[in-house]
Amino acid sequence: MPEEIKIPTMAELAAEGRNPEILFWVGCAGSFDDRYKKVTKAIIRILNKLDINFAVLGTEESCTGDPARRAGNEFLFQMQAMSNIQVLDGYGIKKIVTACPHCFNTLKNEYPDLGGNYEVLHHSQYLQTLIKDGKLKIAEGGKFKGQKITFHDSCYLGRANGVYEAPRAVIEALDADLVEMKRCKTKGLCCGAGGAQMFKDAEAGNKEINIERTEEALETGAEVIAAACPFCMTMMSDGVKNKEKEKTVKVLDLAELIDLN
Amino acid sequence: MAYLEQIGFLILLGISGWLIYKRVSFIKRNINMGQSYKPKGPSSERFKKMMLLAFGQKKMFDKPVAGIMHFLIYIGFVLINIEVLEIILDGIFGTHRLFAPVLGSFYSTLINFFEILALGVIVSCLIFLIRRNVLSIDRFHKSEMTAWPKLDANLILIIEIVLMFAILSMNANDQILQNAGAEHYTETGSLFISEMLIPLYNGMSVEMNLLLERFFWWIHIAGIFAFAVYVTYSKHLHIFMAFPNTYFSNLSAKGKIKNMDDVSNEVKIMLGMQQPEGDAPPPSSFGAKDVNQLSWKNLMDAYSCTECGRCTAECPANITGKKLSPRKIMMDTRDRMEDAGKHGLENGKFLLGDFIKEEEIMACTSCNACVEACPVSINPLEIILELRRYKVMEESKTPPEWTAMMTNIENNFAPWAFSPSDRFNWANELKSEN
Repeated sequence: MPEEIKIPTMAELAAEGRNPEILFWVGCAGSFDDRYKKVTKAIIRILNKLDINFAVLGTEESCTGDPARRAGNEFLFQMQAMSNIQVLDGYGIKKIVTACPHCFNTLKNEYPDLGGNYEVLHHSQYLQTLIKDGKLKIAEGGKFKGQKITFHDSCYLGRANGVYEAPRAVIEALDADLVEMKRCKTKGLCCGAGGAQMFKDAEAGNKEINIERTEEALETGAEVIAAACPFCMTMMSDGVKNKEKEKTVKVLDLAELIDLN
Repeated sequence: MAYLEQIGFLILLGISGWLIYKRVSFIKRNINMGQSYKPKGPSSERFKKMMLLAFGQKKMFDKPVAGIMHFLIYIGFVLINIEVLEIILDGIFGTHRLFAPVLGSFYSTLINFFEILALGVIVSCLIFLIRRNVLSIDRFHKSEMTAWPKLDANLILIIEIVLMFAILSMNANDQILQNAGAEHYTETGSLFISEMLIPLYNGMSVEMNLLLERFFWWIHIAGIFAFAVYVTYSKHLHIFMAFPNTYFSNLSAKGKIKNMDDVSNEVKIMLGMQQPEGDAPPPSSFGAKDVNQLSWKNLMDAYSCTECGRCTAECPANITGKKLSPRKIMMDTRDRMEDAGKHGLENGKFLLGDFIKEEEIMACTSCNACVEACPVSINPLEIILELRRYKVMEESKTPPEWTAMMTNIENNFAPWAFSPSDRFNWANELKSEN
């Protein structure tokens, strides 16, 4: 019988007068999307395994407002942002880790203008630190040793915030064979979902962006397409299904790679 | 006769100076139509960025072939201008090779160096002409690159070739005249590049060489004046604008979207965080429908664009056949500024609708590939987002799926139609899975 998994909420900790080291910001996709819930769960398992003092907001969490702002609705964005800041500041939160690059970018870069100042890390950065500090030990000869893995850069992690190395460091820690797509890092091609495109059909064109990107990922011959963003996860998974490759090529998040290893 | 030449030269100098002055004032006025803007980041860092990107051409080398050719033309342009100074002084004072006696033997080294640069410019421009017109490089053949933009690009290259050919031919005739011992033709020593052109002009009468030397001198300098005027009407304006444009660009993370402080006040009042200030009028409009609602930096961006299309080549929407082209966003912004500058803002036209179509801005994934690709720090994304803000907040026109997404955020605090009370359900699922 494994130890029961702990998922403390801020409200519970506050009632006990305790402060967590980090707030894990789950995000809407991580809370509701069936595929990305698996990523949330993988992260929780890692945090539990390493006995990290964390908490989540639970039902007190709310959309950061990123899609509203990118769609042009500044009012809705600021309404969301200001009420989130009230909640975060109410709990005196200092450090946030999130598995969503969109939440990451908004919390880190856009909340300060509205008075919300936090140290915000994307889970790739957090995992990299845990590995570097020796807290997170990767079993030698794990499942992904020598496997070809390609990493799809999320625009909001990469170009938007210059985080290119952390996710690659995590993959390399698995002793995997990291292969790059033709367009990567600063030149990485978007999955097609950013800028609120996730929530509407694409404009008329001659191809879907996620198909273009999936083709490029498949060209590398990788067995795993690693992602670090819920929207990229959806777009790349759909692309792989469209190419009928879902039996041979998996789309996995960095946290899942660690958890499965 | 010499006086006539001097007077003609001064008139030419005056006219081109006046035309450039008029045109620069017009452009300045147009850029000043924009809203206030303060670049983020310390000026020392921004200066460094300018030195790297504009002076050092750093990003041009992301594409090495074009980068090297462009660099040759760039240093050619900058350094040959030292010789243009001599030519202008010669033109004003009616002298010939004013610097030659002063610089002595170094003069010949210097002119030889300029000639090598001139050859480099000619070769690069020829390669660029081939790249543009013969090789099928996709970014030069997009739908916005027809008519004037296409002609403009070719004209610039052709004019530069003509100017360089003129300077070399001038020197070739000069050398023939030196050898013939013609009056005023100071010894320059052997000029290796123009020497190769001597067979073209050899065996003519001294008078003919004199005429040709003067002819090419005039073609070169009048060409430079005309080109300087032309540049202010052309995409080639980037040679100047690249400097202020990189200096005034933001250093904040690319993912950060500019906060609308007007909206912050309104929202604070709505949330009861702030009392409404007595007479403060609510903001007149949100987002941008026209160029005067963009920032002056957005407008300066448009005048800095040289239509290289590196942005469009990287744009995921454009790559997959959508109407959006970041380069066209910049060209449209500049065209609308020119239109508004000439005919007034209130001429019944607007940037959004008459120049940029809704379908274009709706195709953007805000991925920042265009911003990253631009060698001179132009930001098409900011313009796209300002236009979207207008669409949503002023016209309440959004695709129905976006309306649903926003309603969900308002009611369920998530972009999807899930109940907020289910947000934490995953925790119980996980506990039962374990």
